[in-house]
Amino acid sequence: MNQLKLASVGALTLAASTLSHTAQAEDLTLCWAAWDPANALVELSKDFEKESGHTMNFEFVPWPNFADRMLNELNSGGKLCDLLIGDSQWIGGGAENGHYVKLNDFFDSAGISMDDFAPATVYAYSTWPKGTPNYYALPAMGDANGWFYRKDWFERDDIKAAYKEATGAELGEPKTQKEMLQIAQFFQEREIDGKKVYGAAIFTERGSEGITMGATSALYPWGFKYENTPGKYDMEGAVNSAEAVEALEFYKEFYKTATPPGYTNSYMGESLDAFKSGQVAMAMNWFAFFPGLYADPDTGGDKIDFFVNPPQNQAGSTLGGQGISVVSYSDKQEASLEYIKWFANPEVQAKWWSVGGYSAHNSVLNADTFKDSAPFAGDFLLAMENVQDFWQEPAYAELLLAMQKRVHDFVVADKGTAKEALDMLIEDWTEVFEDEGKL
Amino acid sequence: MSDKTIDRVASATPARVARKVKGLSDRAIAWIFVGPTIFLLLAINIFPLIWTINLSFTNFKANRNREVEYIGLRNYERILGDSDIWLSMQATAHFLFWTLFFQVLIGFALAWLINKKFRGNDLWTTIIVLPMMLSPAVVGNFWTFLYQPQIGLFNYVVSFFTGVDPSSFEMLGSVDLAPWSIVIVDTWMWTPFVMLICLAGLRSIPDYIYEAAEIDRASKLRQFFTITIPMVLPFLMLAVLFRGIENFKMFDLVVQLTGGGPGSVTEMASINLKREAFEKWRTGYSSAFAIILFVTVFGLASIYVKALNKVKER
Repeated sequence: MNQLKLASVGALTLAASTLSHTAQAEDLTLCWAAWDPANALVELSKDFEKESGHTMNFEFVPWPNFADRMLNELNSGGKLCDLLIGDSQWIGGGAENGHYVKLNDFFDSAGISMDDFAPATVYAYSTWPKGTPNYYALPAMGDANGWFYRKDWFERDDIKAAYKEATGAELGEPKTQKEMLQIAQFFQEREIDGKKVYGAAIFTERGSEGITMGATSALYPWGFKYENTPGKYDMEGAVNSAEAVEALEFYKEFYKTATPPGYTNSYMGESLDAFKSGQVAMAMNWFAFFPGLYADPDTGGDKIDFFVNPPQNQAGSTLGGQGISVVSYSDKQEASLEYIKWFANPEVQAKWWSVGGYSAHNSVLNADTFKDSAPFAGDFLLAMENVQDFWQEPAYAELLLAMQKRVHDFVVADKGTAKEALDMLIEDWTEVFEDEGKL
Repeated sequence: MSDKTIDRVASATPARVARKVKGLSDRAIAWIFVGPTIFLLLAINIFPLIWTINLSFTNFKANRNREVEYIGLRNYERILGDSDIWLSMQATAHFLFWTLFFQVLIGFALAWLINKKFRGNDLWTTIIVLPMMLSPAVVGNFWTFLYQPQIGLFNYVVSFFTGVDPSSFEMLGSVDLAPWSIVIVDTWMWTPFVMLICLAGLRSIPDYIYEAAEIDRASKLRQFFTITIPMVLPFLMLAVLFRGIENFKMFDLVVQLTGGGPGSVTEMASINLKREAFEKWRTGYSSAFAIILFVTVFGLASIYVKALNKVKER
């Protein structure tokens, strides 16, 4: 009888524990862009599934449609995503429109300190209003626009000699934007191993954010600013400054004289294709792709090297990267916060870097071994010191589309001058800020 | 038992239903039948239209939690004074005119040839109509490859006939060529549709009319202009109406091919509208733009249909 009681109690305890576990286990969906780091995150998240008992599902959308798809999802109050790794520029809209859960209380209770993350990433990915201690995301993926090149070509004696003869300079990693253009022009339509190659692959895409991300990689090093006084929206003289005009003209010259034919609507994918197919000597792209590029059997390894976006009047790189947020429409916010707590763990962050993600955690970035852990790690640190981001306003999409149009019109479609393009951009942006009641 | 249909229906109707229907007038029964359709029409077409008209007078943004204000005709004023909108209307007009021109010309010519009796007639008809069976997304994608300046077949064909370097011109990237590149693709895809309608028109002309003309010693050219063209004209006008309405709202093919670029030279009104409505989320503004486009299409189509009816009456 005692044995029977014992067995019954045991069975009940087992059933109760199973039931309680089942009640807590959730099916979480994490939304992000479809790219290499997302695949790395799938692998990484298997540890979370083991530890927590929750199941992770993933919704990855190709980059050209990512903003469209996800912003529509948020605007409609959709429950598809419990966690969202959203672009840095969405933080304003995410916070003001109530799409993201404010994380301050959670950070306090979970012992997560923003001081443990690189300041540039906290500023860009987490805070709204900018720079205030109001956190709507945890820095998840540090990123910036950088460059890579055919090291094997740059080291060839015949090519080095030809470059010296053509320019009087030594061929090597460019130290300025203008030097980079000179190198790209040198390679343009040059025959290497019986094949015609071109200077560089840059961003010219019209539909989403491509040409803006590319052109700002020239604008920032020239000293481009969005406002004369931060927060005042006084753009006249800043957006269309003489430096900004020169930088935009530079980007157009780069496009016209040093890119492959037909490169009129190109973004990340086209840049990777152009490089991997041996078509270009250099290419711009996000650091996120660099692990994959380095591992490429044909153009990676000894054949490739990386450099930070070169300075001109100052150092400056276009910010990429994202923070991870909890979607306020999710019914599984507790489990989602559990994921963020797990992800913020320094050990997980170290593993995140090792599997191909870009951790923004100081324990990873400040480690003695970090700079030598990958051929692009040092450049990544350098880039993150001088990153600048696009407007992060709630009306970011309107601001971005206006810039896409004005820059593409000038650079690719030869419409007007750089000054006119930037003047019209100010008009567009002024109209948006007036609609927003900020001007 | 009577064999009349009405009696069979009456006898087959369950008594319970019959009791309810009994006493209903023909008009009431008619309303029961058309009611669901009218309800769906109101719910799916009329209500959204009225709602869009209402939104067009506001500053509403679907992605923002802020109070909606009625701003009168301000959205309409801004649209009509916006040079970018007029440029997109110009791009639409260019696309519309030239696609209709080429599709009617080539479509009629193909129908004329296919209408002749020759061996393999059916096979050629099938081959010609293949493009219109494809998805616009697929067509847009593979024409993007065909137009690629370094590996694209189109550039090599042009190079073969003209001797110019294939990578020296960019169909999708050049401001001058991009508007023509989308005209070419749309013409390739939809000319078979015009051809089929013209073919139906040509085959509807009785042979005896031509035989009478032959007896009257009318030349082939005279037969063409006095018999063929007038009798096919209503069909041709119908084809122009269908293609005109379709191309006025052209979106998918152009987005696949150029995305509205380079710059904004191929940004059709529909692409502009989509950007305003679902990327910038200017709901009030885009509603006004949609109403303007609707009135334009509706107005032009009404005038055209009147002209078509006059031609048919002749």
